[in-house]
Amino acid sequence: MKLKLKVWRQEDAQDKGGFQNYDVDGIDGDMSFLEMMDVLNNNLVNEGIDPVEFDHDCREGICGSCSLQINGEPHGPDRRITTCQLHMRKFKDGDEIVIEPFRATAFPVIKDLVIDRSAFDRIQHAGGYISVNTSGNTQDANSIPIEKQDADDSFYAATCIGCGACVAACKNASAMLFTSAKVSQFALLPQGEVEAHERVINMVNQMDAEGFGNCTNTGACYVECPKGISLENIARLNREYLSASVFS
Amino acid sequence: MSVLESKIPEGPIEKKWTKHKNEINLVNPANKRNIDIIVVGTGLAGGSAAATLAELGYNVKTFCYQDSPRRAHSIAAQGGINASKNYQGDGDSDYRLFYDTVKGGDYRSREANVYRLAEVSSNIIDQCVAQGVPFAREYGGLLDNRSFGGVLVSRTFYAKGQTGQQLLLGAYSAMNRQINRGKIQSFNRHEMMDLVLVDGKARGIIARDLVTGEIERHSAHAVVLASGGYGNVFYLSTNAMGSNVMAAWRAHKKGAFFANPCFTQIHPTCIPVSGELQSKLTLMSESLRNDGRIWVPKHKKDAEAIREGKLKPTEIAEEDRDYYLERRYPAFGNLVPRDVASRAAKERCDAGYGVNKTGQAVYLDFKAAIERYGKEKAFTSGHKNPIKEEIIKLGEEAVEAKYGNLFEMYEKITDQNPYKTPMMIFPAVHYTMGGLWVDYNLMTTIPGCYAAGEANFSDHGANRLGASALMQGLADGYFVLPYTIGDYLAADIRTGAISTESEEFETAEKEVKDRIQRLYNTNGKNPVDYYHKKLGKIMWDKCGMSRNEKELKEAMEEIKALREDFWENVRVTGKAETKNAELEKAGRVADFLELGELFAKDALERNESCGGHFREEYQTEDGEALRDDENFRFVSAWEYVGNPRDAKLHKEQLEFENIELKTRSYK
Amino acid sequence: MAGISKTSIARKVAMALSGLFLVLFLAQHFTINFTSVVSPSTFNEISHFMGTNFVVQAILQPILIAGVVFHFVMGFILDIRNRKARSVSYAKFNGGANAPWVSRNMIISGIVVLAFLGLHFYDFWIPELIHKYVETHPDDPFRYYDETVAKFAGDPIRTGLYAFAFVFLMLHLLHGFGSSFQTMGVNNKYSGAINIFTKAFAIVIPMGFVFIAIFHYFNNL
Repeated sequence: MKLKLKVWRQEDAQDKGGFQNYDVDGIDGDMSFLEMMDVLNNNLVNEGIDPVEFDHDCREGICGSCSLQINGEPHGPDRRITTCQLHMRKFKDGDEIVIEPFRATAFPVIKDLVIDRSAFDRIQHAGGYISVNTSGNTQDANSIPIEKQDADDSFYAATCIGCGACVAACKNASAMLFTSAKVSQFALLPQGEVEAHERVINMVNQMDAEGFGNCTNTGACYVECPKGISLENIARLNREYLSASVFS
Repeated sequence: MSVLESKIPEGPIEKKWTKHKNEINLVNPANKRNIDIIVVGTGLAGGSAAATLAELGYNVKTFCYQDSPRRAHSIAAQGGINASKNYQGDGDSDYRLFYDTVKGGDYRSREANVYRLAEVSSNIIDQCVAQGVPFAREYGGLLDNRSFGGVLVSRTFYAKGQTGQQLLLGAYSAMNRQINRGKIQSFNRHEMMDLVLVDGKARGIIARDLVTGEIERHSAHAVVLASGGYGNVFYLSTNAMGSNVMAAWRAHKKGAFFANPCFTQIHPTCIPVSGELQSKLTLMSESLRNDGRIWVPKHKKDAEAIREGKLKPTEIAEEDRDYYLERRYPAFGNLVPRDVASRAAKERCDAGYGVNKTGQAVYLDFKAAIERYGKEKAFTSGHKNPIKEEIIKLGEEAVEAKYGNLFEMYEKITDQNPYKTPMMIFPAVHYTMGGLWVDYNLMTTIPGCYAAGEANFSDHGANRLGASALMQGLADGYFVLPYTIGDYLAADIRTGAISTESEEFETAEKEVKDRIQRLYNTNGKNPVDYYHKKLGKIMWDKCGMSRNEKELKEAMEEIKALREDFWENVRVTGKAETKNAELEKAGRVADFLELGELFAKDALERNESCGGHFREEYQTEDGEALRDDENFRFVSAWEYVGNPRDAKLHKEQLEFENIELKTRSYK
Repeated sequence: MAGISKTSIARKVAMALSGLFLVLFLAQHFTINFTSVVSPSTFNEISHFMGTNFVVQAILQPILIAGVVFHFVMGFILDIRNRKARSVSYAKFNGGANAPWVSRNMIISGIVVLAFLGLHFYDFWIPELIHKYVETHPDDPFRYYDETVAKFAGDPIRTGLYAFAFVFLMLHLLHGFGSSFQTMGVNNKYSGAINIFTKAFAIVIPMGFVFIAIFHYFNNL
């Protein structure tokens, strides 16, 4: 299959950047989207043009590195997958594909399609942990029974891979789904209760300081989330935040 | 007398670790704040080590090439983590975990290390639960376990299909706490380019900021390498695209011995290569072999017709199928260990019976399981004479309940419905048991340079059991290294900060810069991937699932020639002063091109078959691995002396005082 | 509590609370207006009470005005902040693929409703103020029905404008009413029922207003 690609090129954070058009040929439906990008880059290198920079690593949908806005949607038109799991059979011969970086003020472009998502790290530095020493003097794991439903909900919140698709999909570039998933994972467990108030306040403050937008409950984040992180987490974050603000 | 001193403590095996902890030197809390430690790699081993060292009071700097520590490839581990908790009351114990691991490793691991691993395994689970890792639980609220390949007890803790991510997020959260306290500085998108030795001790690293291209000097009193395995030397593997051997190889070239490089695990159930341009292989859980039957066509003409797309697997009659594992290993059938299953698949494909467009795949068929489950279901729900469609429907539901998410993943990738047509699978490189040689304290042969996790030659011998990689990474990082490193650092409390202005740093930085410049000073003919793919093909064809003297010798020559061609003709685009993925890849492939040769040499020198290392010359009459305990009961530790092929072999003899050496059989 | 008003979540909660308050007002306003269709005398009676009662006029009315002003001012502030959160916009943004139009365009439906409020004040509130405080007419408890009907009788354009604005109010409520519960942290087993109720409210009340306007228009042809 033959495709027309419209790819965002930007030398560095200071560069204004713009689109370049490239044609690629010989694309097979069984190839992943990133393998299609490999073909493009191989062609570019052979022509002596700098290849397109993009983030990727595990290529099996779990590391959360890949981050392309494909035809106006994060991770492309398919659902519950990351870009590396998107296969070219979702496209037709002759299609034009617009490829942009995830866009948010809090995610500045580093080069081409590579963005800086360290804002997510800083939100987690602010409180994404339980203050327990790693000394090995902890109590036996089974001395803290946890209701299966809570353990499962905590797990589902914790499946977030931190890719940033929620921010990219949100018309407001809000990071509420990400932050709520991180807060929920700990809020649902007894181990995390002790410092729950402090955690939620610190993480929300950091989220705001990073310049993400406000949540307006459009639900786009959930639709585009490769792991299907539920909107219930955002409600829980709101609840936790309100109770922390009122009672502490 | 060998130069290798394993420093295994005296005494009975179950007392060694406690005794050692009691006797080693400690650094007092006030002095720890004057000591800096560099940790390279932030997966389970590096992340947990960094967090614990920082918590103890050391100043830690972490380095990872990813944009966040949380993305290290430990994240991709699916199955689970072993621990001898014996929560199921099925007779598990530290000894049994120790025994299973040594036996699974085909008696090529160090007893004392493995026992310690088993000993601290329970603590890992306690630690992770306290940190909020959401392990799977039963309705009573207690932790759930499942059983994994090759053992007789249920000791595997898990978090659905993403135990690796959950454990890594746990270690990362412990890191976050220390970052927030100011005890860890985390350098993301940084790659270690070289190790710096001052007076023979590891005193820092040269790193490249992958965003700005800047070459930086970082000093410390000790350097911990937790940079993972080198499976990507095969180009196609289940490793992440960026996984590389650079940190370990640079240390090797500076004096750290490289142990057992040829011990590689090849996992039998991966989704096969679909085309020339494939970049990455995806693992399918081993659990599928519980219900799937593995086969290829019995007649070559059928296999050819399938490859040409003229015939469908479902059209091949039962009597025209070769269930080769059931044929060769009637006792274990489809459930033979990983290495055996992988080799058997390769044998069939090499003989021309492979399926898929490429001929490099075998079928994993669930039709029999669907019918069996369907009949059972129909019977238990009271259907006396169910029609065929009903059986199939019920059977598919039962299979979906067990493997639904795996089937879905398979369909996403291959666009084939595995309920209706057999899955296709093929073995893929998955894990490397070999790595930097370390003593009982996890220190390499360079003083002050430590290796943890998959980066060291580890506790897995010649073959790793499922769910043991996560255990080892966290054991090293949380519970072993933070203690043992104090023994070394106790002598450094008066050293003071290490200057980066010394001649040694100067030289190392210059070497790194020259090396980058050399990559640009070539004729610029072929892209980096061209070399990586070629290297991968040599490795796979000649150093893969089965090896022989002739091909290993050829491999060494071919790799050498390829390496020379690389340095003459590789084409690296872009500038060294910006983000440049091609340059990053070039540096990594350059190291793989050296490691590959040592790998082949190691395989050539080991004249026996054990675990993942199968030498065709050393097999029993019916084609099984033939171990040679008399002559090869040792760890091969290679010293770099200027060229991979000239590497000098040092042997660490392995003593088995607590376990009797036996032959594995699966007939 | 310090600093709470400055965070994104606090602003959203304030937005939700003011919105919910306006929803209550809307329900009340509709109930009164609907009596104009059924019984002009009841309508006059209630209108007279509302227009002359001290509590309603001196306390509730200022609160309502404050609520309205706060809601739209905050709406603009949030919208500006949200636009800033993506300083470089996408060349291609397929928002329709993952969120409904009503959710993505609250600012548009809000502006139409705000513009309508201007018209509505011009039609009723300002004349009412003039009637009461400028021209100081004597108290007439029976004037309300006729005044109301007169606005629509023989004026298809005004009737049409009202209908148009209420369609946008419906769009605004279709997202806003349900969304306010999520913002308040309500997402549990009752959420399904809440969702149905808020959607029904969002359709029935604005369409009811449209019906009232059209009823009076046709009733006086």
